[in-house]
Amino acid sequence: MVDSILPVVLDQAIVRKEGRQIVGPLNLTFGREGGCSILVGPNGAGKTTLLRLMHGLERASEGRVTWSARKDTVYARQSFVFQAPVVLRRSCLENIAYPLFVRGVQREKARAEAAKWIEDIGLAEVAHNDAHVLSGGEKQKLAMARALITKPDVLFLDEPTANLDGASTQEIERLIASAVQSGTRIVMATHDFGQARRLATDILFMYRGRIHEHAAADIFFGGPATDEAAKFMKGDLLI
Amino acid sequence: MNDLLAGLMAAIDLIIHLDRDLVEISLRSLQVTVTAVFIASLVGLPFGAWLAVTRFRYRRLAIALLNALMGLPPVVVGLVVYILLSRSGPFGVFNLLFTPTAMIIAQIIIVTPIIASLSHQSMRDLWYLYHDLLISIRTSKWQRMRTLLWDGRRSLLTATLTGFGRAIGEIGAIMIVGGNIDHLTRVLTTAIALEVGKGNFPLALGLGIVLIAMAILINLAIHILSRTEREGTW
Repeated sequence: MVDSILPVVLDQAIVRKEGRQIVGPLNLTFGREGGCSILVGPNGAGKTTLLRLMHGLERASEGRVTWSARKDTVYARQSFVFQAPVVLRRSCLENIAYPLFVRGVQREKARAEAAKWIEDIGLAEVAHNDAHVLSGGEKQKLAMARALITKPDVLFLDEPTANLDGASTQEIERLIASAVQSGTRIVMATHDFGQARRLATDILFMYRGRIHEHAAADIFFGGPATDEAAKFMKGDLLI
Repeated sequence: MNDLLAGLMAAIDLIIHLDRDLVEISLRSLQVTVTAVFIASLVGLPFGAWLAVTRFRYRRLAIALLNALMGLPPVVVGLVVYILLSRSGPFGVFNLLFTPTAMIIAQIIIVTPIIASLSHQSMRDLWYLYHDLLISIRTSKWQRMRTLLWDGRRSLLTATLTGFGRAIGEIGAIMIVGGNIDHLTRVLTTAIALEVGKGNFPLALGLGIVLIAMAILINLAIHILSRTEREGTW
């Protein structure tokens, strides 16, 4: 068994859709060191596409994405949380246990593990209720727990706190920080600079499908090296 | 108006006195229809889910064909099944013509495309919602189908009940392959046709009311038993 599926290397990776280049060419490496890499940039910069490309939800039209393990191991040891949480039409507990069911974990064992997570995210009282009755913030916490139950090496988060209130955001950030502490590498897209300051170990600034700047968080927030990043941080429009 | 009232009275009379013939043909109607719908569901529901999660070259054509088959003319189905099961046909050796089994076969052919097509439509909508998540979790095709079938079970119930509604009221095919033989293949619809032929409209209408009441009761019972309304909006 491999220690980690990292590093992941993007080599001249390009994604095109309907003839239009969405991202790339990208040359990028996420190493084995832990932490939280945060993608920032304006709408349409290609943040979501980059996350989906690394996770295997998009195919590279050109170039390659190479992980440091076999394909089946790579896919088994990463998770993704979408901006709009997807809940299955079943109970909260069954939602969280679902990835374990898929991996063939015994039903009772999977439910017991899910019960620990549901306790941790504060939804134990509604564990057996249908998940669709949850609020937006609760659904996103559920999605986080479902993504973390498999103890992934890498967790991709696509603006997980967009449209959430302060309390829910805080709760999601607690889960992210706890995952980082337990060794999960986080790669996350966000529009929230405050959140990036709180969580990031390094920042990737994306603009027009490319990484314009990749720097440690303190260096980036101390003063971005590129004009585009500086303008974006100031709140200027990037056209 | 008088005929309608007489029909209603005849229906009440048949039900109150538990007319032996009525009970027999009603039970046969149920036996043939439930068996056909059960087998059609075993085939149609997984096929609908498979079609929702699978991409292949002629997928659109397959879907269009399946939708077109929903409107299969029962008389034509009956005729084809008749030819296949008749003594000179390829399955003549089984001696199935003019038996309830022949009626079940004809109904399966009529109902399966309906159940499969309606199931495909609801599975496709659910697959649209689940697509990224289930791909992300790296589910196998079989696991995707199982998840869709389980999570979409309430809308699949509607597909199955639609098939039941079509089958219980079917007459064209089962008249041809069943032959409306008394105490053997007579069912409610063929009995109604016979009574109309004899000019006995009140009894025909009475049987019709029993048929409708039976369909409504079975639909209600299934909805109540499966708690479609109590458990939310799925």
